[in-house]
Amino acid sequence: MVQTQPKPAEPGWFTRIAHPGMFMGWSRHLVLPLSVVTALAFAVGLYFTFFASPADYQMGDTVRMMYVHVPSAWLSQFCYAVMFCSAIGTLVWRHPMADVSQKAAVPLGAAFTALALFTGSMWGRPTWGTFWEWDGRMTSTLVLLFIYLGLIALWRAFDDQLKAARIVAVLTLVGAINIPIIKFSVDWWQTLHQPASVFRTDGPTVDGSILVPLLVMTLAFSLLFLTLHLVRMRTEITKRRIRSLELAQARAGEGA
Amino acid sequence: MKAMGAIIVRDLRLGLRQGGDLLTLVLFFVIVGVLMPFAVGPDRPLLAQLAPAVIWVAALLAQLLFNERLFRGDFDDGSLAVFRHATIPLEMVVAAKLVAHWLLTGLPLIAAMPILALMLGLDGQGFWLAVCSLALGTPALAAFGAIGAAVTVGLKRGGLVAPVLVLPLSLPVLIFGAGAFDLARLGGSSQALLLLGALSLLSVTLAPFAAALALRISGE
Repeated sequence: MVQTQPKPAEPGWFTRIAHPGMFMGWSRHLVLPLSVVTALAFAVGLYFTFFASPADYQMGDTVRMMYVHVPSAWLSQFCYAVMFCSAIGTLVWRHPMADVSQKAAVPLGAAFTALALFTGSMWGRPTWGTFWEWDGRMTSTLVLLFIYLGLIALWRAFDDQLKAARIVAVLTLVGAINIPIIKFSVDWWQTLHQPASVFRTDGPTVDGSILVPLLVMTLAFSLLFLTLHLVRMRTEITKRRIRSLELAQARAGEGA
Repeated sequence: MKAMGAIIVRDLRLGLRQGGDLLTLVLFFVIVGVLMPFAVGPDRPLLAQLAPAVIWVAALLAQLLFNERLFRGDFDDGSLAVFRHATIPLEMVVAAKLVAHWLLTGLPLIAAMPILALMLGLDGQGFWLAVCSLALGTPALAAFGAIGAAVTVGLKRGGLVAPVLVLPLSLPVLIFGAGAFDLARLGGSSQALLLLGALSLLSVTLAPFAAALALRISGE
């Protein structure tokens, strides 16, 4: 009688993502290609931005500001969505990679939000005649920046990173109320910022000659986010390993 | 319900025995409100115009100061660990503590309104609007404060982090709270008051869940 020995199962795709060691293995091969693709997308996007797109008939060359402003504003919210999903992963499955992903995303989100606000005010000055106005979308984006900075402050206040991850996750879920407010602020309070013009049910209201560079730049920015997020996650895992090695070494030193 | 009542009574008793706290809260609220006349000068019409903003900022700051003690004492002396094993869920305990907290930090502010209204030169209508908007808005402030307090309860140096977390969340309360005055002045609807009430209902309903989750994690 032959006993069939159950073979050790091949790690599924979920384990591949989930296991920090395996993540480090497959993501190592991804960093360089992603960086190259990002650089290429930026090269094409910036060429379109500066040379191959027309100036606006009203705003002139300042319209080119949009190719930085819109993608970063879009990413400022996308990044929160990434954090939201990671927070659920942290709270529901206590997933170590979700912690890392969440922690890696917060400063990126803060940076993109700050960039969106900065380019927005630079663009607002020549077109609206003001750097800053207490308009619905600007105010809610500013609040988003404060939420990002608050989350960073909370991360830094904890010594125990595992506990910090879950506490921050709770607050991330609470702070997510702001995202729909930003999205619909232009429809609810029609003050200064223009309403949505790309993702509309009746098609974009932006001309193709401007829409194409915008989409290319959005792709480039998204790839940039993806690359930076991956690199930051790798750094965070390495940092944790170093920390645990140091702790082990310190403990061994004490024992000797 | 009985257990919730017991917790409310317990928290009220604890809060009232330290009678100084209540006085400090009211004093802080009035002093922040009175700072404004010193800062902008004794210009009555201007002060009456600024009054809604002053009242709401003062209320926000006053409640912010007292949020930390919502869970701090119970966390330090271990009562919170006992509550986690109570027959009622932790969410209900948090809700009961929230009610007691509002009675101790929200109600005194409303009671102190006549003094501030007099000093800032509010007329009768303005006074009643202030009372209404504070009554409708302070529960939401307490609810957001409870989330901030629960999230930072395990931190030894959480004192500064909690306000930074809570303030952005409380901005809508401030907007609608101070907005309640303008709309009604213009003879428009009291839409802001309704939104303020909705905000309070929503946050008071949901905050106990978030706060209890954070407390569970902190207590581990």
